[in-house]
Amino acid sequence: MIYREAGQFKASYEEDQQIFPIKQDRIVMATLVVATFLVVPFVASEYWLQAVLTPVLVFALAALGLNILTGYAGQLSLGTGAFMAVGAYATYNFLLRLDGLPFLVGLALGGLSAAAVGIVFGLPSLRIKGFYLAMATLAAQFFIIWVLTKFPWFSNYSSSGIISAQRIEILGFAFDTPVSKYLLTLAIVSLLALAAKNLARTNTGRSWMAVRDMDVAAEVIGIPLMKTKLLAFAVSSFYCGIAGGLYAYTYLGTVEPDGFGLDLSFKILFMIIIGGMGSVLGAFLGAAFILLLPVGINVLMHTSVGALVPATLASNLELIVFGVLIIFFLIVEPHGLTRLWQIGKEKLRLWPFPH
Amino acid sequence: MQFFLEVLIGGLLAGMLYALVALGFVLIFKASGVFNFAQGAMVFFAALTFVGLTERLPQWFGFSPEWAGLFWIALLLTAAIMVLFAWLVERFMLRKLVNQPAITLFMATIGLTYLIEGVAQGMWGAMVRGLDLGISDEPVMWLLERHNLMISKFDLVAAAVAGVLVAVLAFFFQYTKVGRALRAVADDHQAALSVGIPLQRIWVIVWAVAGFVAIVAGLVWGSRNGVQFALTFTALKALPVLILGGLTSVPGAIVGGLIIGASEKLAEVYLGPYVGGGIDSWFPYVLALVFLLIRPEGLFGEKHIDRV
Repeated sequence: MIYREAGQFKASYEEDQQIFPIKQDRIVMATLVVATFLVVPFVASEYWLQAVLTPVLVFALAALGLNILTGYAGQLSLGTGAFMAVGAYATYNFLLRLDGLPFLVGLALGGLSAAAVGIVFGLPSLRIKGFYLAMATLAAQFFIIWVLTKFPWFSNYSSSGIISAQRIEILGFAFDTPVSKYLLTLAIVSLLALAAKNLARTNTGRSWMAVRDMDVAAEVIGIPLMKTKLLAFAVSSFYCGIAGGLYAYTYLGTVEPDGFGLDLSFKILFMIIIGGMGSVLGAFLGAAFILLLPVGINVLMHTSVGALVPATLASNLELIVFGVLIIFFLIVEPHGLTRLWQIGKEKLRLWPFPH
Repeated sequence: MQFFLEVLIGGLLAGMLYALVALGFVLIFKASGVFNFAQGAMVFFAALTFVGLTERLPQWFGFSPEWAGLFWIALLLTAAIMVLFAWLVERFMLRKLVNQPAITLFMATIGLTYLIEGVAQGMWGAMVRGLDLGISDEPVMWLLERHNLMISKFDLVAAAVAGVLVAVLAFFFQYTKVGRALRAVADDHQAALSVGIPLQRIWVIVWAVAGFVAIVAGLVWGSRNGVQFALTFTALKALPVLILGGLTSVPGAIVGGLIIGASEKLAEVYLGPYVGGGIDSWFPYVLALVFLLIRPEGLFGEKHIDRV
């Protein structure tokens, strides 16, 4: 009754091709935008802004990057953490070495550096596929972290490669409170998410999906494989690089190369599995889920239920729950939380009738 | 020359250890097409279970910890637990994921990795444990005297164990009824089903065999470096080996292990000083990668033909 498209007629092609063709969807999105930009900063505590909302946004951006590569273009990558590291360290170096460089330009340059590195490590994808390709991205993962640790130039000769983010200043306004950092992250992430959503609906995005579904067939119908695959690597790494920059500048403030290890890559891979492969919404849902799960377990452990669990098991409960959830999701809903969201919407469209 | 030989042989012997882990991967991939990322976690789980049992059994049943039979009882129990594990995996994971794309199965095994790590540490605790198999880690005397070569006795024994294991597995695959069934399943699931091979039982068997391989690998690695969480990283070391040798080839795992082991050590000794050392963290991967660019299916892997 509430959610249906009856009576909403499309009179032009532009209207027909809107991202949200249904009026109610647009209302929900607009409410969400207003709420996240205008309401949340006043309502949420500093802890929530700094330790929950900002990281969720940053990780959602990284997951979005991986989703472009793995979900849309079908190239399995285990090197997300390394591409984030490139973004973070490149941003740091650009801001450090070029005096008076605006922060946003530095961040974009960091993203572009990550894109360049991504293209280099994407080159093998032209010849090798599947698990063999995962190996190439693993090589990137270990090699990049090694380079950042071994060559002190990248971290301006600080001990063990640790970098401390410079102060963020845009047009004279300093972003140094949790609220302002949250808003900055939110603005960048929303813009990039919108861009990704649109990119997926263009010729490029459809080529990616064709390559994902079967690359030989895609080549036969005239999609240039090299360009498509490398573009996927470039765009994906750009997103990861920006996410890495934000990870260092708006979330943690101080990072070291080992923080971008294989664990981080896996974490982001889980986000897109649980959120849903090949979907922008999925990246956000997955990131929120994976980051809030430990918080949830922690809270549960401090209630009366937690007292029943032996101490040795409790510390490993997070691992166990993670593992079980991933297997559970793959069995029950391989398309992730996004699919559940869609099912919910379908049901709502028919409500109160069953069919 | 002396030094070069020493490094080379040391590398080759270390390579046998990598091959030991890679073997577990190959077995499962051959029989079920699942790229089992959890093999490293299985190695950790097996070693931890074995050590845990040797600690607890004397307490529970009140016999002396020095008794020689303890080793065998613990080994048998660990093997039984690995069989149970294989059954559980088949019953609650593989069976439900039949006909899913390979990447889904791969990610499910990543989930399995976390599950095993959590359960193993939850059961036995997270501290590092020593494991003594009674093989000393000292140079073989006559080689040292005769040729002035430092070769560890332990490495030799480990390599011999790996060799025997490969021989047994090759025999099992070639000449037993179950082995033939395994090869049939590896060739074509549907065809194997249609001639009456019970697919699900075969999967349990192959996961159990991979579990036994994990026990051996876990004992060897564990007695070398201590039974600790780092054992799970052996899986990461085994990946380039696997890729180099080809995912479906048992001899490939061995040859790949030897190549990776030797080149890794040689590179660390001869190239490492020029670039600041520690290159063994990525060198095997880059080597495997360069190799893949020339032969995309690995040394002995099956050539893949794409059809639209």
